[in-house]
Amino acid sequence: MVEQSEVRVVRCGGSKINLRPPIISTDSRFVLCASGDSVKVYSTRTEEWLHSLQGHTNQVTGITLNPANHLQVYSCSADGTVKLWDFIDGILIKTFIIGYPLFAIYVSEKHDGIVFLHIAMDTDSKNECFQLVAVHLPKSAEQEVEAKELSAVSSRISPNPSCTAFGREGQYIAFARHLQLNVYFFRKQKTYSFSLKATDKKGAKNAFTCIACHPADDCIATGHEDGKIRLWRNFIHTKEYTYSTQHWHHNAVNTVCFTPEGTNLLSGGIESVLVQWQYGAGNRKEFLPRLGGSILHVSTSSDGQLFCTSHSDNKITVIESSFKVCGVIQGLVKGDAVLTDLMIDPRSKALVLNGKPGHLQFYSLLRDKHLYNLDIVQQEYIYEAGLDQFEVVKAAFDIKGYWLATVEERGQKSSDLEFSLKLWAYDERTQSFVLNTTITAAHTDRIMSMCFSSSEETTMLVTTAEDGQFKAWCQGADADTQQDQNFWSCDFVGSYHNLKPTNCSFSADSSLLAVSFQEVITIWSPDTWELLTTLCQPPGVVRDLCFGQLSCSKYLIATTTRNLLCCWNLLTCALEWSTSVEVSKLQPDPLSENVAAFSYQSKHTDLFVFKPNEPRPLFTHKNVCSEKMHRAVFVPREEPLNNCDESSQWLNRSQLYFLTQNMDLLTFSTATEEDRMLSSSKRLVIDDSVAVTPFYLLLGKHRQQQQKLNTPSHPAADKPQQPQGSLTCLLLSFPSLFFPPEMEMESSEQEMNSEKEEEHSEEEMEACDSQQELRAQGSVDEVTPKLSKAQERELKRVRKTDFSWMAGLIDSKP
Amino acid sequence: MMSTDLRSAMGEFKVHRVRFFDYMPSGIRALAFNQDTERMAVARMDGSVEVFHCSDRFFQEKIIPGREQFGIEGLSWVGERLFSAGLNGGITEYDLTNQKVKYTIDAYGGPIWTIAGNQQGTHLAVGCEDGTVKLFEVNEDNIQFERNLDRQKSRIVSLSWHPSGSKIAAGMMDMIQVFNVETGHSMHRMLADRGVGTSRSKECVVWSVVYLSDGTIITGDSVGMVKLWDDQTGTLIKSHNVTKCDVLALSVSQNEDSLVAGTSEGIVVQFQFVSMVLGKDDKEWVRTRTFRNHTHDIRAVAEITTAVVSGGMDAQLVVRPLLDKIEERSAASALRKIHFPHRRLVACARKSGLMLFQYPGHLELWRLGESEGKGIPGSSLFVKRNPEKLLHLKVKGEDHIRCSAVSPCGEWIVYSTASTLRLYRLHCDNNNISITKISKLPKVLSSANQLCFSSDSSHLFSASAQSSVHLVSISQSGCKFVGTLKPKSGSHQAIHLLAASEDGKWVASANSDHEVHIYNLQTRKAHCTVPIYSSAVTAMGIHPATNCLFMMHADQQMFEYSIEQKQYTDWSRTVQRKGLHRLWVERDTPCLNVMFNPQNPSHVILHDMYMLCIIDQSLPLPDDKTQFYNQLTLKSLTEEQRKSHSHAFKVCKTFKDILCVELMPDQSLVVVERPLEDIATQLPAPIKQKKFAT
Repeated sequence: MVEQSEVRVVRCGGSKINLRPPIISTDSRFVLCASGDSVKVYSTRTEEWLHSLQGHTNQVTGITLNPANHLQVYSCSADGTVKLWDFIDGILIKTFIIGYPLFAIYVSEKHDGIVFLHIAMDTDSKNECFQLVAVHLPKSAEQEVEAKELSAVSSRISPNPSCTAFGREGQYIAFARHLQLNVYFFRKQKTYSFSLKATDKKGAKNAFTCIACHPADDCIATGHEDGKIRLWRNFIHTKEYTYSTQHWHHNAVNTVCFTPEGTNLLSGGIESVLVQWQYGAGNRKEFLPRLGGSILHVSTSSDGQLFCTSHSDNKITVIESSFKVCGVIQGLVKGDAVLTDLMIDPRSKALVLNGKPGHLQFYSLLRDKHLYNLDIVQQEYIYEAGLDQFEVVKAAFDIKGYWLATVEERGQKSSDLEFSLKLWAYDERTQSFVLNTTITAAHTDRIMSMCFSSSEETTMLVTTAEDGQFKAWCQGADADTQQDQNFWSCDFVGSYHNLKPTNCSFSADSSLLAVSFQEVITIWSPDTWELLTTLCQPPGVVRDLCFGQLSCSKYLIATTTRNLLCCWNLLTCALEWSTSVEVSKLQPDPLSENVAAFSYQSKHTDLFVFKPNEPRPLFTHKNVCSEKMHRAVFVPREEPLNNCDESSQWLNRSQLYFLTQNMDLLTFSTATEEDRMLSSSKRLVIDDSVAVTPFYLLLGKHRQQQQKLNTPSHPAADKPQQPQGSLTCLLLSFPSLFFPPEMEMESSEQEMNSEKEEEHSEEEMEACDSQQELRAQGSVDEVTPKLSKAQERELKRVRKTDFSWMAGLIDSKP
Repeated sequence: MMSTDLRSAMGEFKVHRVRFFDYMPSGIRALAFNQDTERMAVARMDGSVEVFHCSDRFFQEKIIPGREQFGIEGLSWVGERLFSAGLNGGITEYDLTNQKVKYTIDAYGGPIWTIAGNQQGTHLAVGCEDGTVKLFEVNEDNIQFERNLDRQKSRIVSLSWHPSGSKIAAGMMDMIQVFNVETGHSMHRMLADRGVGTSRSKECVVWSVVYLSDGTIITGDSVGMVKLWDDQTGTLIKSHNVTKCDVLALSVSQNEDSLVAGTSEGIVVQFQFVSMVLGKDDKEWVRTRTFRNHTHDIRAVAEITTAVVSGGMDAQLVVRPLLDKIEERSAASALRKIHFPHRRLVACARKSGLMLFQYPGHLELWRLGESEGKGIPGSSLFVKRNPEKLLHLKVKGEDHIRCSAVSPCGEWIVYSTASTLRLYRLHCDNNNISITKISKLPKVLSSANQLCFSSDSSHLFSASAQSSVHLVSISQSGCKFVGTLKPKSGSHQAIHLLAASEDGKWVASANSDHEVHIYNLQTRKAHCTVPIYSSAVTAMGIHPATNCLFMMHADQQMFEYSIEQKQYTDWSRTVQRKGLHRLWVERDTPCLNVMFNPQNPSHVILHDMYMLCIIDQSLPLPDDKTQFYNQLTLKSLTEEQRKSHSHAFKVCKTFKDILCVELMPDQSLVVVERPLEDIATQLPAPIKQKKFAT
């Protein structure tokens, strides 16, 4: 069933929702935004994620409402296609294949059947060069159409899509690049260009940053790098053109937008203040301050009642026209950089990393929802460039999620470094972390790494610092403190030949602690604090180390700066194997023996997945991304997959997420997952044609949930919390054989479906059923991902025969 | 004063850096632009009126000094005649040829706040304190009161004629009245809103009003609004909130498509009449550009063909070019700020080391300090003897000084106002300074436009009416009229520059019609006239060795004219043929003095407000490709390379805001600076504005 199980890098979960301006549907009920490889649809009232429009195979780079039908939306993607969707039902209507990577889309009411796209010009030189082209979308009944009628409007435009806008009634299109504003009139087929000086005596930076056109008047509003907004008029004259300047923003204006009637102009920038300028009234303006991160985009609904701002912290704010915030849609908060590791909260299984400045965020990847922020620094953050403020740089959870250790730091650039170590206890009552201990001078120099011991009984924290020491911290050992409160205090200070420790790691059973001192790895016994042994494989300083998990816990794996990946057997204290590979990040999977290693070579990152006991990698993926990779995490799946294919088996228990340097959270998806996703969306389509009967309602509900079950691994799929003990829950455990054969229905209605596909999907159904069954029996943990194909088939056969018997059993149960 | 050693490739000079001339320019009160002659008339707070030539790099052609208690409130051109009115209640016409007041007549309406002439050139209207608008008929030689328009209860602050001349809009306290000129009755009364809040109780002053030909009346008021009214219905069309303080001045362009408003925050706001939908005719006044060039109240703005001119309390005249109206960008179309008069206010008695500073109401005589020893280039020297103020000479009467001079020997001081000329003899025995006024002066010395002593201090040249120069011999015994030098023919414009030769043979005069006449002092006849150049002469001097007249013009061109051969010298022809360097031509202040270095005859020393320049006539001229400011480059080169890289222009920018540079006989330079920062500190405090990040 998983013959062509190909593992692909996808943007799935935690993606940017602020990449492009969000759009509000005409009836103001939905907010749509481009998010990773899909378009997400949110409700404006409840801020809930309703569904996403999936089908693009690369980053979605632009969305716009179809001017001819306000229930449809065009989306363009870097995969070279423009897709037309019915966004209410989530149906893909049409796909137009353009063939070039697309970066933005614009439409105008007056240009029927034409979309305007940003495409990258194929140039030999490295400098980015974008082209604005008009594409005539062919009218044909087919689902997939190739649109080859491209005509260039401008060959050199700004890569910033905010720098292009349609003018009054689509008569002209204005686009800016660096210091030049161009206005192209379609009727006259003439471009007027206006240039500004790069700087003036007062130090103004005049480069264009965004552009908007008045809907009724011939007036173009442009935002500039120094915070000025210019209103251009009379731009059909090369000399008598004129502009007025308004200056409120103190830094670059990121977005300008006219309200649909043209009575107001909205602007936003780094100040995170939405400014509403009254059009034609000079300086009169209103402010909506303290919106969070800096404003990247502003858009308005077509009736002007709602505004949407998207922010740099991956947030969309829905604002009423009376300047009242009525909704916040928060994605995974992305700052400038993630300083902490990617972590999984053992309790909520949420992804934990830097969020808002000075905060840790908890993000549910399964529901693709931001859960909450934990204020670590507990100081007001000042939004101004160049200030040195406290940042959370390290964080660690203990194995049960009772304790959280954080390190905050200020003065990384200057010499006077300030940092403090904080320990947070989980409070069952408030369901949150509460500050337990603050240690201001944990070390005399920067803390390099820290980890909790993984034993169940005693919780111990080990920190290593640049002052040449590593310290073990235990709870309540200090006699000076009051007995009833369990504060943390230092238990042991260790050092090794005055070398600087870099990394530390506990073995799976916490019986060993490995601390690397430059080229040397020292193994300590945490019980007696005795130096057991040292391991060394010069040359090269140890960059990363980890213990093997589960059956491989006798192995210690380390990477060095001299491109060496070593594996020691701790029983023999001998080097088991070593290989020459430049590894930037080692990430063990806590649920299996697998270790993922990201290697950066010749300008791209490769991924190797291996088991410590096998020198041969299980899986390799070349060119995962083009940047160096430092953060990755294995996220345990709620339900394991049972991919049998060798290359995708390692993804069965947990999913590997990694963060690129430009803050894209990427993951690996297998073909199986995608097939399910696709088939589920297909079924959605058919479901709509079924008449609504009471039975359908019952059945339909079940089916939806089943679909969700079918794609349990896909985190983007909605996972509402089901009330336990309801009827649907009961239905869940029914084998699907009792229900009408929907697959036949599907194939009869969709003639395109070939025989083979049908068979395929049936098989898939069975696989899901078996999985359900297993889940019902609570035997998830016993499933070993390593089954031979023959065994698998055998198992399936057994299950198939089991079905009637099982059904009967359940039947007789009530 | 500081003394500095200035040593560089251009030679070594000891510099007296003089900063004790506390010259304070007077604030600008009114502007009037004459489209036909392209002249801008400027009225200042001290009552002086200046005329700038707009197409000749804004050269200050004419200065009519003011007088005590003579505040001008408004200026108006009628044809080529210039009228002003002020709070003393009189209307004054100026004699621009002789640069003096022609006559003043009383309007009998109390202080006059505004004056406006109609476009037809037939009538003048003045707005008076008593609430009347008075019409005066403009006759050939004078003006005559015609009648009053309906008298109002409050003072008339601003006036504007409809271009047809049939209606007048008048701005008052809290309202605007529109009068029919025929009947003299008020047609509309439009109420201007007062401000909100605390300013509710303060009345709204309509500071400025503009009447457009399409019947739109535009007003600027003390609430900070620019309002547009319809004169048919008397209703408000639109209002723009320009500022939180007052809009003090308005001006509309000739073709009525642009309007500028000056505010008391020191900003000029431009409005333009543009079509909201391109290609259609429904135009609207839209606020467009903002110009921030002033620190204080802008009391007057004028939109001329290619620029916006503004002036105010900070005493600088700012010419902001409108690039959309300019065909070709050049030096003439650059932003220009005029701080200092284009005349010399400092006279120097070279032989005795005395400086004479001319203030509007008095003269100051200073003796330069002395310094000790030699220092390294660029360093300050120890001042052995401090400069000393010898004399403070107050002017008799109310008139301000027009011109003054001190003889090279330092014995004679002369000054002239519009009405009198006084000559003093200075007695200096040890530390006792005394002056005696020479009582019996020849009748011709009743008043002068320009004064100059001969180099041996034996003669005084006094430029007077009809472009003539009176020659008076002065000696211990007294003062004797010798003769009058008259040009053979030409204009009768007043002379603004005189230059006498070192050997006492020649004297040259330049007048505001750009004529330069050279007279032979031995024959006391006109010797020749230099070919008339299109730009005004800003400075000239006669070379002591060659007797060549060196002239600098407002457009930064330079000419050298051999007096003896009555033709341009070869060097001058070379300069004209090769052209001057772009950077030289683009400078925006005129050269104010021409000096010659007796030790190095090929050197000509020039200065303007920003720099000091020595032209070495023996070196090749720079072309546009060579580096013009090459002093630093030259320093880094070896002796041999220097030769190939050096060119005729050696510019020193060490000094700023220069009023005067003089070369003393002992090879030291006197540089009189008046830093603009010092002027700014003496100005009244501007309106307090919130500044970002303070």
